[in-house]
Amino acid sequence: MSLGLETQNSKMKNRRSGKAAATNTCRVCAPLGAVLAFRGIRGCVPLVHGSQGCATYIRRYLISHFREPMDVASTSFTESSTIFGGRSNLAEALANLTRAYHPEVVGVCTTCLAETIGEDTPGMLRDLARRPDLAPTLFVATPSFKGCQHRGFHDAVAAILAQTAQGGTRLRQLNLLAGPVSPADLRHLRELVDALGLPTILFPDYSETLDGPSLASYAPIPAGGISLEELARAGRSALTIQLGAVLEPGPGEVLSERHGVPLTRLGLPIGVTATDALVAALAAAAGVPIPDALTAERGRLVDAYVDGHKYLAGQRVAIVGDPDLAAALAGFCAEIGLTPVLVGSGAVTGRLAAALGQLGAGSAEVIEDADHECIGARITALRPDLILGPSKSYPTARALGIPLLRVGFPVHDRIGAGRLLHLGYRGTQRLFDELVNTLLANAQDTSETGYAYL
Amino acid sequence: MLDARTSQVVTAGDGRSVVCDRPSVAGSVTQRACSFCGARVVLYPIGDALHLVHGPAGCAAYTWDIRGSLSSGSQLHRLSFNTDIRENEVIFGGEKKLQRALRELVAQHRPKAAFVYATCLTGVIGDDVEAVCRGATAELGIPVIPVQSEGFRGTKKHGYSAACQALAQLIGTGDTTGISRLSINILGDFNIAGEIWAIKAYFAAMGIKVVASMTGDGRIDDIRRAHGATLNVVQCAGSMTSLAKLMKETYGIPFVQVSFFGLEDCAAALYEVAAHFGDAEVLARTRALVRAETASVLPELARLRQDLEGKVAALYVGGAFKAFSLVKALRQLGMRVAMAGTQTGAPQDYEHLKELCDGGTILADDTNPLELAGWLADCDVDLFIGGVKERPVAYKLGVGFCDHNHERKIGLAGFSGMAAFAREVHATVMSPVWRLVPRHQFRVSSSEFRDAKKESMP
Repeated sequence: MSLGLETQNSKMKNRRSGKAAATNTCRVCAPLGAVLAFRGIRGCVPLVHGSQGCATYIRRYLISHFREPMDVASTSFTESSTIFGGRSNLAEALANLTRAYHPEVVGVCTTCLAETIGEDTPGMLRDLARRPDLAPTLFVATPSFKGCQHRGFHDAVAAILAQTAQGGTRLRQLNLLAGPVSPADLRHLRELVDALGLPTILFPDYSETLDGPSLASYAPIPAGGISLEELARAGRSALTIQLGAVLEPGPGEVLSERHGVPLTRLGLPIGVTATDALVAALAAAAGVPIPDALTAERGRLVDAYVDGHKYLAGQRVAIVGDPDLAAALAGFCAEIGLTPVLVGSGAVTGRLAAALGQLGAGSAEVIEDADHECIGARITALRPDLILGPSKSYPTARALGIPLLRVGFPVHDRIGAGRLLHLGYRGTQRLFDELVNTLLANAQDTSETGYAYL
Repeated sequence: MLDARTSQVVTAGDGRSVVCDRPSVAGSVTQRACSFCGARVVLYPIGDALHLVHGPAGCAAYTWDIRGSLSSGSQLHRLSFNTDIRENEVIFGGEKKLQRALRELVAQHRPKAAFVYATCLTGVIGDDVEAVCRGATAELGIPVIPVQSEGFRGTKKHGYSAACQALAQLIGTGDTTGISRLSINILGDFNIAGEIWAIKAYFAAMGIKVVASMTGDGRIDDIRRAHGATLNVVQCAGSMTSLAKLMKETYGIPFVQVSFFGLEDCAAALYEVAAHFGDAEVLARTRALVRAETASVLPELARLRQDLEGKVAALYVGGAFKAFSLVKALRQLGMRVAMAGTQTGAPQDYEHLKELCDGGTILADDTNPLELAGWLADCDVDLFIGGVKERPVAYKLGVGFCDHNHERKIGLAGFSGMAAFAREVHATVMSPVWRLVPRHQFRVSSSEFRDAKKESMP
């Protein structure tokens, strides 16, 4: 057993200044990440094993971001299940879900409660797998006291791959593990690999399940996602590309260790340099030249960089978010001449600072295991010109009159969070334009003259 | 529908009674939450208290500043405080961390009191929250009150009573000198978008003083002297009746159950309170107030009703009293309720709801997205009223929606609130976007097709 995160992290610089309490926490819980990953499997209903409030809160938090149906079941523990165990709740929940939703698979994740009472959930699921009347299950342990949504997501991806991927003869196909990116990002990644003619298992793929069309009748399980058959073939791919500069070891290891699928780790493709790296890796894997359309997209982006560069010179930015996204955004900011002065994340990786160094953003102050109070205090002291972060950074931005460009998760105070594109030349283009325009608008709105011609 | 759920759904007029007040069926995708949620929603609006969630980060993150409860002073309730329990405390216990957190936070924020919410995790690791709170009360000089809100203890309803127990520890500890006989406490209004201010203004106009509002725009010192009031006025009956009963037993304060939603119920509430005091002047002022307030909103309601007449609504809300008021308010707008349900209704509530609703109305206890989606489609509903968790069910099917839960930012209580409600209903039901959704597109295109055919034929 580890020494516990508290002991480990009290040595880290800037960590909440040694306070016992978190104020305005920057973390949500691990099962939320797992639910998101399960949403990327076709025909899957997530089931949270514990008190029903966990499922309900996770649903509410995700609904407020994606604005999509979010049917997540619970095993609805009571006081007696807490004392005697949740075996019968789990069986009943699986039976009811199978009957009502006809899922291809039920994604089971645990809660603090189930993990603490010593519940042998995988053992119970093995027993229940013998019952032909119940849907098959996938399982991941997600105790929140060991990690936040970021870890829950990647642990779930790893667990799902461990339980589904099979070995066999190599296939001309790629595994692309994108991390907790937006549905729009996933759609763009799919477009990229399609343009290169590269058969790809993009996982998890909630691009449709969490950004679906208006429907005439309710879909108990939203259409879309990667199928169990595709996941089974993931062990036979020629290559896995895992996105996330901070993520280590990451779910790609499951496929390399068990099935010998070579693993390439890349940062999230935000910015020209980072996107070049992904495009080069994809083109090499496909054995085709980079398509002209993509080269043109890159060219327009660089041209925009030139148009906008002066508005960015000397401007300072604070970045708040999941570590992989925050690192990629910092690298992008450094690439365009913005100075990242602060990178704050609620997650605990111990690798964020090193990743920033490699991305040319090593001068930024780094706070891991942060809450919004301590991030807010540093932003107050550093007075950046712009904040890139989730909606939860809004109180800080408002108090200081600093513009906030909403990125990542959660975006609870705007619509269209699922359509926020961050990745690739196109996502970078959108971010770049919006970023420059946010700074221009702020300068314009706060100027005395208010020129309409800039 | 799952077999285990059939007894919880009836149709008005079919002679059956709704089976309710029981734990949710595992795997049913209930819309209900846990005890922690219930306790947190009841106590949250107390603006000058420290609300410390003793548990993992998630429980605190999910309840951080999500509600529309306003405060006229301290905004401390809008911050999220958490002991952020990690593996270390799971192994060695979280009491020391709780103690340290209380010391830090009380020194930093100087609250009038602190509520410490127990969660599943700190419940099962065996932390003695009560003992830590006792110690902290003595050490820090403010009441530090444990809230027995471990999620597994039950549904939201259990959490409501845990919150009431916590409030009961404060009541009776303040000085009641100078409190007028014409005085009340308001229980179960949470000052969403300033609702309690509208209601307090009505009571002020009637000549009645409000001692404590529990808990909307609530203050610890007011709550401590709440036992000096003459009458308890309970709005959200499901959450606060247990406190009203307790205060009746302990202090002999009678209570009335009312609702401030809708013209009819709001007027009835004010008259009921006035009648309790048997004071001719109060009654005369109440009459004048109700007359003036009603007159100020009726023209607008009549105008909006012209468009809404005959439209069909469904509603699924937390408590039954809100459901009663909504059925009446929708009727005032000319709308028919095809389905009504609650998370926490009691048997007598559903009996009353049955009487209130037209025959054929579907009544459901503790329902879920699949059932709701089925009813929205089958009843061809124009409007669904619920909370954020129900919203995507309606929107995905191209059905108008109004949030009547705690996260809304529009005040819907009182006479002016009824006008705001009518405007919101009108804004969603009359939007042109529904013409384009698949549910209606067939209808639109087929009628357009008919029109086109008519034109083409000489």
